[in-house]
Amino acid sequence: MNLTLQVWRQKNAATPGKYVTYQLADVSPDMSFLEMLDVLNQELILKGEEPIAFDHDCREGICGACGVVINGLAHGGQRGTTACQLHMRHFKDGETLTLEPWRAKAFPVIKDLIVDRSALDRIIQAGGYVSVSAGGVPDANTIAVPKENAEKAMDAAACIGCGACVAACPNASAMLFTGAKIAHLGLLPQGQIERGRRVIHMVEQMDEEGFGGCTNIGECTAVCPKEIPLDVIARMNRDLLVAKITGAS
Amino acid sequence: MTTTDTTTTPGVDVRRPLEFTDARLNARIPTGPIEKKWEQRQFDVKLVNPTNKRRYHVIVVGSGLAGASASATLAELGYNVSCFCYQDSPRRAHSIAAQGGINAAKNYRNDGDSIFRLFYDTVKGGDFRAREANVYRLAQVSNNIIDQCVAQGVPFAREYSGLLDNRSFGGAQVSRTFYARGQTGQQLLLGAYQALSHQIELGKVKMFPRTEMLDLVLIDGHARGIVTRDMVTGKIESHIGDAVVLATGGYSNVFYLSTNAKGCNTSAIWRAHRRGAFFANPCYTQIHPTCIPVSGDHQSKLTLMSESLRNDGRVWVPKQAGDTRPPPQIPEEDRDYYLERKYPSFGNLAPRDISSRAAKEVCDNGRGVGPGGLGVYLDFTDAMQRLGEAAIRERYGNLFDMYERITGENPYAQPMRIYPAVHYTMGGLWVDYDLMSTIPGLFVIGEANFSDHGANRLGASALMQGLADGYFILPYTIGDYLVGSKLAKADTSHAAFREVESEIQQRVERLLSINGTRTVDSFHRELGKLVWDECGMARNDTGLRRALARIPELRAEFWENVKVPGEGNDLNQELEKAGRVADFFELAELMCLDALHRTESCGGHFREESQTEDGEAQRDDEKFSYVAAWEYTGKLEAPTLHREHLTFENVKLQQRSYK
Repeated sequence: MNLTLQVWRQKNAATPGKYVTYQLADVSPDMSFLEMLDVLNQELILKGEEPIAFDHDCREGICGACGVVINGLAHGGQRGTTACQLHMRHFKDGETLTLEPWRAKAFPVIKDLIVDRSALDRIIQAGGYVSVSAGGVPDANTIAVPKENAEKAMDAAACIGCGACVAACPNASAMLFTGAKIAHLGLLPQGQIERGRRVIHMVEQMDEEGFGGCTNIGECTAVCPKEIPLDVIARMNRDLLVAKITGAS
Repeated sequence: MTTTDTTTTPGVDVRRPLEFTDARLNARIPTGPIEKKWEQRQFDVKLVNPTNKRRYHVIVVGSGLAGASASATLAELGYNVSCFCYQDSPRRAHSIAAQGGINAAKNYRNDGDSIFRLFYDTVKGGDFRAREANVYRLAQVSNNIIDQCVAQGVPFAREYSGLLDNRSFGGAQVSRTFYARGQTGQQLLLGAYQALSHQIELGKVKMFPRTEMLDLVLIDGHARGIVTRDMVTGKIESHIGDAVVLATGGYSNVFYLSTNAKGCNTSAIWRAHRRGAFFANPCYTQIHPTCIPVSGDHQSKLTLMSESLRNDGRVWVPKQAGDTRPPPQIPEEDRDYYLERKYPSFGNLAPRDISSRAAKEVCDNGRGVGPGGLGVYLDFTDAMQRLGEAAIRERYGNLFDMYERITGENPYAQPMRIYPAVHYTMGGLWVDYDLMSTIPGLFVIGEANFSDHGANRLGASALMQGLADGYFILPYTIGDYLVGSKLAKADTSHAAFREVESEIQQRVERLLSINGTRTVDSFHRELGKLVWDECGMARNDTGLRRALARIPELRAEFWENVKVPGEGNDLNQELEKAGRVADFFELAELMCLDALHRTESCGGHFREESQTEDGEAQRDDEKFSYVAAWEYTGKLEAPTLHREHLTFENVKLQQRSYK
C-alpha cells in the first residue's frame, strides 16, 4: 500500500516545529506502525536527511516507551493497543496519516515525536510505593489478599506509564495514571499504612507538574493500551477526601 | 602444571587435564558444606559501619530487575548511588517484558519442592555447566524474593483463600512458579522501580535516565567510574565512584532479530571486557521455541509468546516436504507431531533448547510452514474439542489476541505458526562468588554476568536471578570490597577519565565522519543473519570458521562505509545504534571463537559434531567441564582462554534425557 505521512518535525525544545509531508510506497500490511517508520527512516538516511526521532523499545506493548498521536488518536485508536503493536493492515491504501507527539504542558517536546515524560516518574517518587526495605519482611503467605482485590489491584497495576491518557485528555490530566497507582496499592493490605499520605503527596506532585484536572470525559481510558478503568480516578478522589478529612500527611 | 593458558587457536589443546583452575580465576567459593557456604560468606564479609556507608558512592548501570533492586537496596543500607539507564525512565528496562513467572522453593503446594530440588533442577537444566555454590545460594534466597515482592505490593495471582497461587512452568515437575497474569516481569520490575523511586525521593539515589555508558574507567587497576553520553544533548561526561556495578542485561541483539527490546546492547559489558574483565561462555545463548515467525524483510524484532501455550497446544508439521495444503485439509495420517513422536514422556513440553532444535530440524528438511518455510504449527484444535473454546479463551485469551494483532490470523480458527527466536544469553562477564569480575571493584549482576544458568536457563529463573543478585547478594558482598580496598582519592579531573573521554569523543567523531552508503541497520541485519546461520541453534566447525572469516570483513566494511547522519551534540538515534553495532561486531567474533573451541554440545550450545545416536546433545565432561573465560588481548581474533574447572560434589553428572 501507498501512504502519505504528515509528520511533526522539531529539532529541539527551543526550536519551533512544523509538519513535513512524506510519501511512502510499498508498505506491507504485515508491518507494525513503527516498522513502517523504520522503513521511511532508512529511506531518509540514504537520501542524506535526518530520520524521524521517536521513542520505542520493547515493541511488544509492555515497556510504555512508544507513543505517537495518529490522526488525532493516541496510539492510533485500536482498542487496547500501543503504537508498536498497531499493524498497517488497519489502514487503507492511499490514506494520509498525521503523526504528532504527545501534547501536554507537562510533556515538553525533546525532538520530533519524542517528549519528556519524567513528570510521571516524579509522581511515583512522591509516594507511589510501599516504604519497605529489602529484608526483614514477613513470610509471603502471612499476608492474605482476597482474590477479587488482588485481581482489581492487578487491573490497575497493569499501567505501562506511556502517557497516552495525558495526550488524549483535553485537560492534559494525569489522573488515570496517578489513580491507577493509588488504586493498585490502596486495594492491597500492604498499601494501607501509607494510603492517606500517598494520595496527598502524589496529587500535589501531579498538580505541581502542570497536569490538568479531570472533567469526566473518559478519553484517557478509551485510548489506554491497558484499558485501565475510569473508576480509579473516583477512587483517588475518595481517598484524597478521606485523607484530607482525617488529616493524613 | 601451569597456571595460565595461552591457547589462542580454537580447537587446539583442549585435551589437557583440567583438574586445576587458572590462578587468575579465583572464584572464592567458601569452604564447607553447600548449605552453609552463603551463611559462612555472610559472616566472613567485612561490614561497613552504618555511619561510614554514606562515605561510599556506588555507580549502578542499568535499571532492570538487577540494577533497580541493587540501587534501591544499596541506598536503603546507606550508600550513595548513581543509577544510569538509556531509557527515558527506569521503569522501561527490558525485564518488564518477562511474561511467565518467577521460581521459588517455597513448597507452598506441598508437592515435594525444596531448596535442594530447585538447586538440582537448575544445575541439571543448565546441562551441568554452572557453578554449584552459586546455584545453591540462588535457590536459598529465592524464598526471600517472594516475601520481599509481596511486602512491596506486587499483585501476584491469589487463590480464593487469599494465599498465593503457583503453577508449574517450563516442564518443572513441581508447582513453584509465582506469577502475576502474563505480566510477572512487569510487576516485579515496577516493585523494584518503586523501591528505587522511594530512594530517589530521599536523595540517596541520583537517577540518570537517557544516559548511556560508553566506557569504564580504571585507576590503579580498580574500576572507579564510567564515561557516559547524555542522549539528549550528546554531552560526554565522567562519573566517579568507589565501585561500579553493571546490570546491563544480555546481548541477544547481536542476532539483530531477537525477543529483546530494540535498545538492548552489549556495549557496557563489552567495553568492560576490553578494559580487562574476562568474558565467560559467550557462546551460551538461549533460543525460545514459541515465538511468532518473521513476516518479511521489514521485521524489526521478534515477539515471544509464553511457553505456557505448550501445555495445551500440539506442535506439528506436514509429513511430506512441500505439502502446502491449508492445515485443516491435512489429515491426521499426513501430520508429524514430531515432539510427541521423539519425546513421548515430555512431548510438547520438552525443554526450550530441545524443542527449538527439533523445529529447526523439520524446517531444514523442507517441512516448515508459512512464508519462507520457517514455522511449525501449534495447534489447539484437540484442546478446544476436549475443554471447549471458552476454557482455552480463559487460559490464553490475551496471548491469542496478541497473536491475531501481529499476524492478522485467528488462532481459534486455524493453528498458530511459531518459530524459535533468540531470547536470553547465559554467557556474560565472568564473576566470582561475590559477583565481582576480574577487574577489582567491577561487579556484574543479572543477565550481564555469566551467571547461574550454565548452558541453558530454565523458565521463570531469570527474574529469580536478577532479583537475588540485586536485593540479597551484591549488597552484602560489595561492602567487603569497599572496606578492604584502599582506593586513592581522585575526582573526574584524573588523567584516566580525561583519556577515556577523549577516546570516546574520537570514536563518536569517527562514526559521524565516515558518511558511507549503508545504514547502521543494514550492517546489523547482515551481521545478525550471519551469526544466526552459523552460531545459532546449531553450530559446526565449517560454519563457525566461515563466520570467523566473514565477521572481520564485514566489520571493516562497517568502519569504512556506514552512514550515520546528524550531529554528535544532539539527540541522534542513529549514532546510538552505530556505537552499539560496532561493539556487537567485536562480540560476534568472540562468540564464534568460543563456540568453535567448545567441541562438545551442552544446553543451548549444540555442536553438530557432538550428538548421540538419536541426535541429542552429547556433552564431554572430561574435556569441557569448565567455564571458558576469555581475556581481551588487543587482538580480537586472538583472545586468551582461561578455564575455571567446575566440580560437582552435590549432584551427579548425567546425560539429560527427556525421552
